[in-house]
Amino acid sequence: MKEKLIQRYTAAERANHWVVAGCFLLLAISGLGFFFPAFFWLTDLFGTPQLARILHPFVGVVMVLAFVRQFFRYWRHNLIDKEDVVWMKSLREVLKGNEAGDTGRYNAGQKGMFWLMTGCLVLLLCSGVIAWRPYFAIHFPIPVIRLALLVHSASAVALIVGIIVHVYAALWIKGTIRAMVEGVVSHAWARKHHPRWYRDVIGKR
Amino acid sequence: MALQSLDVLRRSASPTAAPEARTPGEVAKLIDVTTCIGCKACQVACSEWNDLRAEVGTCVGVYDNPTDLSSEAWTVMRFSEVEENGKLEWLIRKDGCMHCVDPGCLKACPSPGAIIQYKNGIVDFHQENCIGCGYCVSGCPFDIPRISPRDNKAYKCSLCSDRVAVGQEPACVKTCPTGAIQFGSKEAMIEAAAVRVTDLKSRGFDQAGLYDPQGVGGTHVMYVLHHADRPALYANLPKDPVISPTVRLWKGLLKPIAAFGIAAAVLAGFFHYVTVGPSRVEDEEKEGTL
Amino acid sequence: MQVTRRQFFKISAAGLSATSMAALGFSPSEALAEVRQYKVGRAKEIRNTCTYCSVGCGLLMYSQGDGARNAKADIIHIEGDPDHPVSRGALCPKGAGLLDYVHSPNRLKYPEVREAGSKEWKRISWHEAIGRIARHMKTDRDANVVAKNAAGVPINRWLSTAMLTASASSNETGILSQKFMRSLGIIATDAQARVCHAPTVAALAASFGRGAMTNSWVDIKNADFILIMGGNPAEAHPVGFRWAIEAKKKGARLVVVDPRFNRSASVADRYVPIRAGSDIVFLGGIINWLIANDKIQWDYVKAFTNATLIVAEGYSFDEGLFSGFDEAKGQYDRSSWNYELDESGNAKTDPSLAHPRCVWNLLRQHYARYTPEVVTDLTGSPKEGFLEVCEHLGRTARPDKVATILYALGWTQHTTGSQNIRTMAMIQLLLGNIGMPGGGVNALRGHSNIQGLSDLGLLSTSLPGYLTLPQEQAHPTFADYIAKNTPKALQPGQLNYWGNTPKFFVSLLKWFWGDKATRDNDWGYDWLPKWDRMYDVLAIMDLMHRGKMNGFIVQGFNPLASLPDVSKTVKAFAKLKYMVVIDPITTETASFWQNHGEINDVDTAAIQTEVFRLPCTCFAEENGSIVNSSRWLQWHWKGAEPPGETKTDQAIIGELFVALRKLYQDEGGTLAEPILNLSWPYADPTEPTAEELAMEMNGSALADLPDPKDSTRFLARKGDQLPGFALLRDDGSTACAAWIFSGCWTQAGNQMARRDNTDSGLGNTPGWAWSWPANRRILYNRASCDPAGKPWDPTRTLITWNGNKWTGADVPDIQIDAGPQTGMNPFIMNPEGVGRLFCTDKLVDGPFPEHYEPMETPLGTNPMHPKVVNSPAARLFAADKERLATHDQFPYVGTTYRLTEHFQFWTKSVRLSAIAQPEQFIEMSEELAAQKGIKIGDWVKVSSKRGFIKAKAVVTKRLKPLSVNGQTVHQIGIPLHWGWESVAKKGYLSNNLPPSVGDCNTQTPEYKAFLVNIEKA
Repeated sequence: MKEKLIQRYTAAERANHWVVAGCFLLLAISGLGFFFPAFFWLTDLFGTPQLARILHPFVGVVMVLAFVRQFFRYWRHNLIDKEDVVWMKSLREVLKGNEAGDTGRYNAGQKGMFWLMTGCLVLLLCSGVIAWRPYFAIHFPIPVIRLALLVHSASAVALIVGIIVHVYAALWIKGTIRAMVEGVVSHAWARKHHPRWYRDVIGKR
Repeated sequence: MALQSLDVLRRSASPTAAPEARTPGEVAKLIDVTTCIGCKACQVACSEWNDLRAEVGTCVGVYDNPTDLSSEAWTVMRFSEVEENGKLEWLIRKDGCMHCVDPGCLKACPSPGAIIQYKNGIVDFHQENCIGCGYCVSGCPFDIPRISPRDNKAYKCSLCSDRVAVGQEPACVKTCPTGAIQFGSKEAMIEAAAVRVTDLKSRGFDQAGLYDPQGVGGTHVMYVLHHADRPALYANLPKDPVISPTVRLWKGLLKPIAAFGIAAAVLAGFFHYVTVGPSRVEDEEKEGTL
Repeated sequence: MQVTRRQFFKISAAGLSATSMAALGFSPSEALAEVRQYKVGRAKEIRNTCTYCSVGCGLLMYSQGDGARNAKADIIHIEGDPDHPVSRGALCPKGAGLLDYVHSPNRLKYPEVREAGSKEWKRISWHEAIGRIARHMKTDRDANVVAKNAAGVPINRWLSTAMLTASASSNETGILSQKFMRSLGIIATDAQARVCHAPTVAALAASFGRGAMTNSWVDIKNADFILIMGGNPAEAHPVGFRWAIEAKKKGARLVVVDPRFNRSASVADRYVPIRAGSDIVFLGGIINWLIANDKIQWDYVKAFTNATLIVAEGYSFDEGLFSGFDEAKGQYDRSSWNYELDESGNAKTDPSLAHPRCVWNLLRQHYARYTPEVVTDLTGSPKEGFLEVCEHLGRTARPDKVATILYALGWTQHTTGSQNIRTMAMIQLLLGNIGMPGGGVNALRGHSNIQGLSDLGLLSTSLPGYLTLPQEQAHPTFADYIAKNTPKALQPGQLNYWGNTPKFFVSLLKWFWGDKATRDNDWGYDWLPKWDRMYDVLAIMDLMHRGKMNGFIVQGFNPLASLPDVSKTVKAFAKLKYMVVIDPITTETASFWQNHGEINDVDTAAIQTEVFRLPCTCFAEENGSIVNSSRWLQWHWKGAEPPGETKTDQAIIGELFVALRKLYQDEGGTLAEPILNLSWPYADPTEPTAEELAMEMNGSALADLPDPKDSTRFLARKGDQLPGFALLRDDGSTACAAWIFSGCWTQAGNQMARRDNTDSGLGNTPGWAWSWPANRRILYNRASCDPAGKPWDPTRTLITWNGNKWTGADVPDIQIDAGPQTGMNPFIMNPEGVGRLFCTDKLVDGPFPEHYEPMETPLGTNPMHPKVVNSPAARLFAADKERLATHDQFPYVGTTYRLTEHFQFWTKSVRLSAIAQPEQFIEMSEELAAQKGIKIGDWVKVSSKRGFIKAKAVVTKRLKPLSVNGQTVHQIGIPLHWGWESVAKKGYLSNNLPPSVGDCNTQTPEYKAFLVNIEKA
């Protein structure tokens, strides 16, 4: 059975992904706690709210560092091409479970997710540093910090929404999670969802 | 204990309403800048009562010491030398928390119960609930709260809520040698200010007036100014302070948008799943299950 | 896989769809919203009085524990006493920070010695300390005390050890020190009054009869116009200044005349700049303006001043010199400055004011030279500012308008200090503002008990109650003393209160020597030391500098920091054999031998002075009374035990005296009699209590005192506390340590501890504490009524004649039953009964104030009389003369002063005060700064011919260059609070700069106007 499966992510890539995912989870939990008064209790998951506040930026830095590694792994695969346009135009069909276009390693949705994450993380990092107490915030004027806090919250919300879509897509498309857990996908999965990538992989063999 | 000790009007990061039935009166502190001699007795009395000792600083070429508010200096005198109509004026303003009716710090604070607004108007910080995020610093239109470098918690004037709670006036008010700081009901302070303004106008200060900025709903610390038309003369006292639009956007509009966005994403996924169903590749069942 | 997926889904859902969770019962874990606990709820509350300035604010001290014996009291908080009539709960920044004074890290905790040549302190026991000090004293006294002068008059003078006493110590400590010193023969003694308000005493006594603030703090609120000149009450007396603001809120106008736009000016209606040291020109100009514009309250002037009295022939003033000047001695022969007497010994008068030698005409003539143009030219004040002050004052020449003056050391600390004040006293007499509520000449005393120390005569040539210590030439015998010091009335019908001198003096001697004082030995008169000349601190320092002193006992004083010309003082100290410093905190005086680099560059090993440092209690740790500026004796209570082995001053003096007495008993010694005969009747001789001493100050009957009107009754029985000084006798049947304090502790108990703040009218609170004399709150209040006994202003009725006696809100300052018909006038201490415009021979430098330039003048001349530039009567020691500079070497005027955040040299040891004003600075104009390339906050070096300081530059619009006599005069402000024994940033002693020359009359140093240079450091 094993020979029938195709390696999609190496162990290092998977570990990298789950570091980012784990960080995201911690950040989202604490961040939502800070953002929505009704969810402040979430910060207790870190022991105390104070600890949540202290850890949040450090976790953020870890996430950014881990994501930087991912960025340099995948950025080339996420350049938009004309097949993506076909995919995007057929989104309605795609949502029904049918694929469209000759998708490579990533489809347009995944690419969009990649660039959304990249953009959000840049904003989150910059604004996060500006608002980071006690180390950096003291060096910025208050209006700048105010803006940073707004940008930080807004980009975090965007990221969270994006990640929900990302997670849902993984749940919806059966076989996807395995790719990121065990690193492998079936031939059929690859053929259906990433035909061009499948051909490349098979061809290389 | 807790909520019974003083009637709470608002509590940071607590969307549900506070007990409403009891309605004690509002207090206010009136700082008559025109009779303030800048002696700093209020500064010292504040530190003494509140057990605060700032670092011994340095002289930077002006009388201002400590040079700024800090977690150990909840009120400071700000000295400005201005020449008005060819006449030198030494304007001295006691800076500290204004105890806004609509406190920006409280609006910004994410930690439930870290900032309390009592019905008497006092806005008080409760350090045991403070997480040190500094949002209050961003929320305040007067640049008042300071984060302690020692414990990363926010501090500011409490209007001596402990003294007021037992029926006393704040320490700064009591000690003020010239009576430039007064304390009483908000109405009484507005009346006292009116008397002072009349006297000032008789001495040629046509623009004398009360500083009780409505942009923050009014304040429970008010100033009598000789030049109420130009509060900026007094070490940049803001003319029309409001909670910054950025903060309002952040703490206002963004929340429902975020809630809606996140909920929409989750719900969309859920209903997509139950309506469209999982996307499986035909042969995956055979290959994928253990 | 399915399991994994399901779990994953759950986690994601929990994290991401949290909206639904709010309903699940998760609520914020805590809901704390309680205020901080009220920290003094059941702490013990103790009443005290602030130890800093002499507003005398009431304190509430809170000590940990509710008073239970098992709880060790520890003061945890101090705030204002809301019942106090003056402070009403307020405290200035110093007072508000008193807690950190009580707990200062610089508090001394046990006796220490610095051995000769050593560079460190060594802890010793009290036994060793007292033993060694007593031995030093006895050795020195035995060798150097002088029993008789060349004429064979007993003088009992011990000049080789000096003692300074403390303005912050209680009256009880003060009176004990007085007894202790005089028994030993010490006359080289002084207190802070010397460097402070001594000229006030001289000037006001010379004008009105008593040398004290005329009115009270609260009374300032009754003024229509307040002039602040020669002082900065907002800065130095903030809580007293409250009453100026109260007056202003009622419509009064407030004008500040000062070299510097200061904190008082910040709330004034008008600020007028002036060149430091030119005050008499300004004030003399006012006199001239008032006369020229007929702004004189004529009825008052004619009735209550000596305007109508005729001055004897021989008095003259010409080209800067009054008649009688002796060039060689540098002194005046004052005999020509007196009234022309008639055959019955009364001064001649001319009610028509026509006589050319009546005081009025001499006055008019003298001040005619002080035109507005001269004023503007010499003071640098703008003319319209000067005229505005004149007009404001002139408006109060009406009976129903009153002006007051608030001044302090800006007037006293000049070579013309006494005369500055005299000029204002004259203005107030001309305007009829003396004795009036809201009027007066209000000397704002600087230290909490400097008034008390003055009252108790802790000055070289004084005794308690403004009696003089016997002088060897004038008073060789008791009879001479009584004859010379008991004046005769100069006008008919006058009370002439000093006519009672024999009663006061004999009662005092009975206090000194007890049963040993008998009529046969002239009440022990010969045991008192007699003086030849005044040994004020400047004279003491000069002697010390010349190696003529061996010992120096310094009780609560920091002379190294307080006296002018520090480098001279250090050299003087280094010539001592022993020094004893008694203080609650570390002082630069005690550690003068320490090398602190540029700040105090001494060769420690070469200094052979043995220095003892003895810790004494501070205000919070003792009972006692102190006298505020308006003469209120306020009792205070102990709140906690002092730190470590600290003892009260009374215990230290008590132990020292007992040890000395034992040495004389056991070993004998030179002139042991005064020591062995000294009355020391205290229950514990090694620690006389405050209560015992307070009762002695009040005085008691030593025999039954029969009522002269009814021989079956007694005014007091033997052993009774006296009700007041009226009962004092000159027959030895009463003893009283301080006659003016008599009434403070009567048979009814401690009157100083009274706390009834009921307002009897116009802000008078006669039930609060006790005020000398006789609980009067406003001096000369008889003058608030016209000669017929009706108030000048019915809305300001203080007292009035009701047909039988004087009654009212205050204790009348007149014989109670002496009605208008008797012609008894309001100034009862003056033999002429009236206020003195011409002060006769009471001051050494002239009966009328005249402008003389400061000893270091920026002009180099005196345009009013170029031949007499400086005051001709100023005393200048040879060593100091060569240390004076001229304006071509040091072109700028330096003037030193206090800041409101600090008190002298104490509060640099107080953390809260150090935070409020942490570092030494000087103030200079933007113009001078630009000229010198100095920017705000730069380090600068200010130097005089005597030394230098380095400080930060406060470059300010509040100081402006002045145009004076055709040249530009720059003034540099030098706050004085720094040193090396400090919680604040270490700094230089500001007194490195000023010269060692004092007021002609009192030798108060000229700190307010001297020459300096400035450069970027």
